[in-house]
Amino acid sequence: MTENALDTAGRQADAAGAPAASAATSSTDGSSTVAAPPPGVGGRPPRPTLGRRALILADSLWRPALVLAAFFAAWWFVAAREYVPNYLVPTPGQVWATMTDQWSELARHTMVTLYETVLGFVLAAALGLAAAVAIAYSRTLDKALYPIVLFAQVIPKIAIAPLLVVWFGLGLTPKIILAVLIAFFPVVISGVAGLRSTDPELLDLAATMGAGPWRTFRKIRFPNALPHLMAGLKVAVTLAVVGAVVGEFVGASEGLGYVLLLANGNLDSALLFADLILMSAIGIVLFVLVEIAEALLIPWHASRRAGVPLTTS
Amino acid sequence: MTTAPARAGTAIGMSRLTVRFSSRRSQTTALDDVSLDIEPGEFVTIVGPSGCGKSTLLKIVAGLVQPTSGEVSLLDRPVRGPQKEIGFVFQKAALLEWRGARANILLQAEMRGMDRAQAARRADELIEMTGLTGFEKALPHELSGGMQQRVALCRALLHSPPVLLMDEPFGALDALTREQMNAELHRIWRETGTTVVLVTHSIAEAVFLGTRVVVMSARPGRIIRTFPVELPAHRDYAQVMSDSRFDRLATDLRGLLGSAAANH
Ligand SMILES: Nc1ncnc2c1ncn2[C@@H]1O[C@H](COP(=O)(O)OP(=O)(O)O)[C@@H](O)[C@H]1O
Ligand SMILES: [Mg+2]
Repeated sequence: MTENALDTAGRQADAAGAPAASAATSSTDGSSTVAAPPPGVGGRPPRPTLGRRALILADSLWRPALVLAAFFAAWWFVAAREYVPNYLVPTPGQVWATMTDQWSELARHTMVTLYETVLGFVLAAALGLAAAVAIAYSRTLDKALYPIVLFAQVIPKIAIAPLLVVWFGLGLTPKIILAVLIAFFPVVISGVAGLRSTDPELLDLAATMGAGPWRTFRKIRFPNALPHLMAGLKVAVTLAVVGAVVGEFVGASEGLGYVLLLANGNLDSALLFADLILMSAIGIVLFVLVEIAEALLIPWHASRRAGVPLTTS
Repeated sequence: MTTAPARAGTAIGMSRLTVRFSSRRSQTTALDDVSLDIEPGEFVTIVGPSGCGKSTLLKIVAGLVQPTSGEVSLLDRPVRGPQKEIGFVFQKAALLEWRGARANILLQAEMRGMDRAQAARRADELIEMTGLTGFEKALPHELSGGMQQRVALCRALLHSPPVLLMDEPFGALDALTREQMNAELHRIWRETGTTVVLVTHSIAEAVFLGTRVVVMSARPGRIIRTFPVELPAHRDYAQVMSDSRFDRLATDLRGLLGSAAANH
């Protein structure tokens, strides 16, 4: 529907332009100005109303909801009839019971993992952006940093996790380092791609405007890089969860990764499932937060124009 | 409307410019021994086959490209590095897609650190003059090609530059919009007294707008001839198109460009 609104604005603009052109060709002094469109015509299309937006959201959600419902039904069917023994696959009811019974404990572990993930993600975003700026601006730093970044990416992080525990102990540090190591790469790659995608004519233009590198970065290059960067941050935030959990696997006394190992050792499949659900919830919530930040930061970008549902861009 | 003061001396001086681009695979001579002096207040149009170095010539004047040899001066000062006393308009509007029309125009002021209130007033004047009223907040993708180019023109004029460089600014527009933009640009030039250098592929545009038409040869770009345009300074589009002097000049240009392109 917004498409239509745009279309109309364009047609009105053309309609306003055509008579002006004929006026210019027929007037004798050639000084006629273009007829201005009446005020209020054109400009931005009206924002969709709240009800309308709820409808758009509902429209984008019913398909995944249906798939999820089918999945739960199948799970419940298989588990409740014990086609698979309950110590391997618990019923949804058992998982729910575990979740509510041990809620305070589970909530505490969730907060620990969430904290590690968020801290790791924020650090990865900051370091990744700084590295991207260095790489995009300096040929020398490009040659010096890129191989290191690539090397840090190809080391199997799971393999160095034990080493990090040996170095930094069982506290927060190794988990955060792992989260940063895993989440860093997509931020750098997307940041460099974004910063390099600036139209060279815009940079020429900035030069003739007498602007220094900082102003050019702030007003042109950085906003231009944001769509790429946000895509990288969305990947990074889901990877940061993996980093934190892997860190907890290797050596921890709290966190969802630690709980997972405990549940596994006790063959407590209900707890294990509850734990998995909470891990996924962390990833989804953080992902949605980044999506919201994206919607606020780059509403102008093609991928974000009204009508595009929140989670499929 | 502020008017750039008429200056003594030359607005743009180019003497014996040669530009060679070399890459590992090839060497291109884009410009070969080009000399041209432009007086303040002139409207010089440049035509020539594509690839003959017209864009390069404008970039040299703007200080964005260093000539291999030769001298350039802008407002009687030698050009070393990017020049601030110009307005530049490209073929693509090159607008910031996250800014509305008015904010795009004001980019010029922000980048230069101009006085805000004064810049805002000037932007409103330009918006009215170019018929963008009502579209101040529209994002570039919501504007037609002609309107985008008007925004780019306003941005280039915001700081009242004494020299305006335009590289095929209306090349992507439909014929009708193009004529309309030509009439507008002509009026702006008359009212402001700005020195304009405009590169174009359209012979009609070159003759209607120019006080002088410069014809360049295919690569390596040289100036083949310069024609003074013997039409009144104050021109009307329909009248010019039916003027016999227009016809004669256009025919000459077409003949010259035809042979220049044949060498290509
Ligand atoms: N930065 C550059 N590096 C290498 N070659 C270039 C560069 N800029 C322009 N050229 C070459 O110089 C010639 C003239 O280019 P240009 O000035 O853009 O021509 P025009 O604007 O007349 O079409 C072309 O052959 C083009 O390939
Ligand atoms: Mg060109």
